[in-house]
Amino acid sequence: MGSRIIATGACLPEKAVSNEELGKLINEINGLEGAEGIDDQWVAKRSGIHERRIVTGENTSDLAAGAAQQVLSRSGTAAEDIDLIIVASCTPDYQTPNLGSMVQRQIGADRAVCFGISAACSGFIFALSVADKYVGSGLAKKAIVIGAEVLSKATDWSDKNTCVLFGDGAAAVLIEHSETQAILGEELGSKGSKSHVLTNGYFPAANAFNGVEPMKVEDAYTRMDGLEVFSFAVKKLSSSIMSVLDKEGLSLDDIKYIVPHQANLRIIEAVAKRLGTEQDKFYVNLDRFGNTSSASIPIALNELNEEGRLERGDRIVLAGFGGGLTWGTMLIEW
Amino acid sequence: MIFRKIRDIIAERTDIDPANITPDTNMKEDLQADSLDLFQIISDIEDEFGIDIDSPSDIVYVSDAVEMVKRLLEDEA
Repeated sequence: MGSRIIATGACLPEKAVSNEELGKLINEINGLEGAEGIDDQWVAKRSGIHERRIVTGENTSDLAAGAAQQVLSRSGTAAEDIDLIIVASCTPDYQTPNLGSMVQRQIGADRAVCFGISAACSGFIFALSVADKYVGSGLAKKAIVIGAEVLSKATDWSDKNTCVLFGDGAAAVLIEHSETQAILGEELGSKGSKSHVLTNGYFPAANAFNGVEPMKVEDAYTRMDGLEVFSFAVKKLSSSIMSVLDKEGLSLDDIKYIVPHQANLRIIEAVAKRLGTEQDKFYVNLDRFGNTSSASIPIALNELNEEGRLERGDRIVLAGFGGGLTWGTMLIEW
Repeated sequence: MIFRKIRDIIAERTDIDPANITPDTNMKEDLQADSLDLFQIISDIEDEFGIDIDSPSDIVYVSDAVEMVKRLLEDEA
């Protein structure tokens, strides 16, 4: 017994910001001119990203609820039949209420147990793993799992090295109880010894008694030690994919698509090289959406599904990595 | 020996003349390398010496890389 994905959906802001448009903003803020300036080529060469979606006022819960609504309508499921809603995000609207409860309110899934998960770019895999345990055990029959981010509100728009990378968006899957297990294998892990190398949303321990400086705007920003993160990403993505396949006695030839977290094309290129496989096996859409953290894997999965590129029985690998540091790799039979 | 191998790896990845790479070369500033360029250099160093560098950001100068490789090889011995 297990769980099976029966629908996917997404909610992306309509506003697309090109590298050219973003470059103009960065150049203006930093007083960069001529050859020093940021343009499409500068960003694309470093990341493979050409544009990203940016909210015009919607917050993370709005995008998450939009994605949830889409999986309900696509699967013909009533909101009151949902037993569980888990939302992965590192940019929630509030510390409390959790995003799951906010989605519940927007879609009217009044019976559901709702909570959030914070595991950054691995968050969707962590959430799907937890939901699978609920649904597979029979504790819940139907669950909505969402990855949702508004990273633009946690971005330092004067920092050319990070602000070009991120985008906003959300996507969801609806899973239901199944006699067969669609998740054939998984590896989740954390490396807290490197928790300091990728951070956002710092809350200083300020109170009325201690004189600690209260939270400043820049405390919300995403900060990253690129070398440490890239090193971790390439090594862990490669080793965890092979580890999950080895445990099931499978090879990369048995896999139709690897859907990696869409952080940077050069990471994906380096992993493909390490694994000795064609880059075409990796589904890539970061050129259009940038890095949407926990939303990037379900956004990519939804695109594959919408385009009819997944057939029943196909084996795919979902692989996230990011802040924590965390990683989550999952082998799924569609 | 270790320095020469590291110098050659850097030269190959960056197209910088090996004669201009010294132990005092700053890996980021002098090589004008971004994070992924540096990762690729460090990855080549790991492959060359059969080691795993867990804290790549501790490497600032070429001499740091040499010392780290020495230490990791000694730990393995």
